[in-house]
Amino acid sequence: MEHILDIRGLGKIYKSGHRALHDVDLQIRKGEIFALLGPNGAGKSSLIGICCGIVTPSEGQVLVAGYDHQAEFRAARRHIGLVPQELHTDAFERVIVTVNFSRGLFGKPKDPAYIEQLLKDLSLWDKRDAMIMELSGGMKRRVMIAKALSHEPDILFLDEPTAGVDVELRRDMWNMVRKLRERGVTIILTTHYIEEAEEMADRVGVISGGQLILVEETQTLMRKLGRKSLTLNLAEPMLQLPAGLADWDLTLAGDGHELIYEFDSQAEATGVPSLLRRMSDLGLAFKDLHTKQSSLEDIFVGLVHQGDGTDSVTAYQGAGA
Amino acid sequence: MIANPRGIAAIYMFEMARFGRTFWTSLLLPVITTALYFIVFGSAIGSRMTDIDGISYGLFIVPGLMMLTMFTESISNASFGIYMPKWTGTIYEMLSAPMSPTELLIAYVGAAATKSMIIGAIIFATAHLFVEVSVVHPLAMLLFMMLMAITFCLFGFIIGIWAASFEQLQVVPMLVVYPLTFLGGAFYSIDMLPAFWRSAALFNPVVYLISGFRWTFFGKADVSIGMSLTAVAIFLILCLSLIFWVFRTGYRLKQ
Repeated sequence: MEHILDIRGLGKIYKSGHRALHDVDLQIRKGEIFALLGPNGAGKSSLIGICCGIVTPSEGQVLVAGYDHQAEFRAARRHIGLVPQELHTDAFERVIVTVNFSRGLFGKPKDPAYIEQLLKDLSLWDKRDAMIMELSGGMKRRVMIAKALSHEPDILFLDEPTAGVDVELRRDMWNMVRKLRERGVTIILTTHYIEEAEEMADRVGVISGGQLILVEETQTLMRKLGRKSLTLNLAEPMLQLPAGLADWDLTLAGDGHELIYEFDSQAEATGVPSLLRRMSDLGLAFKDLHTKQSSLEDIFVGLVHQGDGTDSVTAYQGAGA
Repeated sequence: MIANPRGIAAIYMFEMARFGRTFWTSLLLPVITTALYFIVFGSAIGSRMTDIDGISYGLFIVPGLMMLTMFTESISNASFGIYMPKWTGTIYEMLSAPMSPTELLIAYVGAAATKSMIIGAIIFATAHLFVEVSVVHPLAMLLFMMLMAITFCLFGFIIGIWAASFEQLQVVPMLVVYPLTFLGGAFYSIDMLPAFWRSAALFNPVVYLISGFRWTFFGKADVSIGMSLTAVAIFLILCLSLIFWVFRTGYRLKQ
């Protein structure tokens, strides 16, 4: 698998003495959507800042499409488009002017047809002659994306693209990201909305305290760490678990009206059919049932709250084994 | 060093467009200021002044007036040009673009210096309305103007990078450059000062700059043209070294 972004041993200590990143190794595959998850202050923005040339790393190396991001910064940066977290815009500029400006900044010749299509894709074409200060927050964010895509990058960094964005724009943003992926653009997004990562990302990286504590395929991660629970709504409330059901990991809830069975959805024998058979044998009736898969959010919270990085990795490996 | 001319052009045009938005103010301000100076110093006071070195007072102040305005305009335009993206945060884009620091410098300082040259030219043209201006060394005058515009724009660029607030942005031009220029013989010859102050004035670097510019007009000045050029060269080298250090360390630009 070809790596379009290769981060090796990256570390960053700010002048204040704060260590934002610690020995980060990360390889991004060409054409994938990678979600970097982490709480505020985990180092997500520092990591992106270094890849894009805004933050100087204290140690380590970043290769962008094989080019060193410092020694060969021109070649490296041509591949990258960045949509920062904050809405930094020139209030008095007009939309089309600022987008053309960004293209020029990256050394590309004018291409009115491409810019027109880009603005149309982002529903900005009608607003092309509007001053940026006249636009709503959502539209400003679209302008930021148009600027980032103006030079046809093949890696797009989206730093918290949907923070403070309404539901509609978020859905548009997701659609846009998918379209870009179809065109072969590699996308790295940071978020603390787990659903975003779960819904869109091919792979997920979890960063906490400046350390990358986990990188995994989203699906695999969900499966590995994903436990399911089966809830049975009993016809008759149960005061205590009958001895005949002692072989299953069961708990009673809802004043004895609910029987909950936690199981590993990946296991050879989940124990569900046998449990239902046994209950039928014992004459225990239920009115309804449903299963629930633990979300990435549960996994994430579990990882981050397990203390420092090393413990989490161990815990993760333990869970995965 | 220069591999992204389109990037330079983009910033240069962006900055020129910014000036263009305030074109009429930018144009009118120096015209009005010049006219006021000529009415007050040239006509009202100047009529009672004796000639300086055989030059009428009205004519004598033309180079000084051009330099005074160009110094302040260069510093404020160049410092503002780089301070604004820092302040609004749009600097992220320049830093993430495939542009070397030198290219950024050329674009920003080039645009600010262009505006200074335009303003200098406007004052020069306005002066013709009040006095008969003749220039002994026109080519040297043009070169000197360019050199001054570039040097002071570099200086302004440094201030713009250093400044952490709008107040700091104003403080150096207002508290250092303006007084130094005013006391630097913009409106008088330092020979007119008492002996002590004449010696003191020689420690003011701006004296050498204005004197050198005056030489290009009249062929004579307070200090020799060689001294003036040396002062210009020292100032230019000082600014360039400072900028080189800023770029190497990423001072106040990168984290």
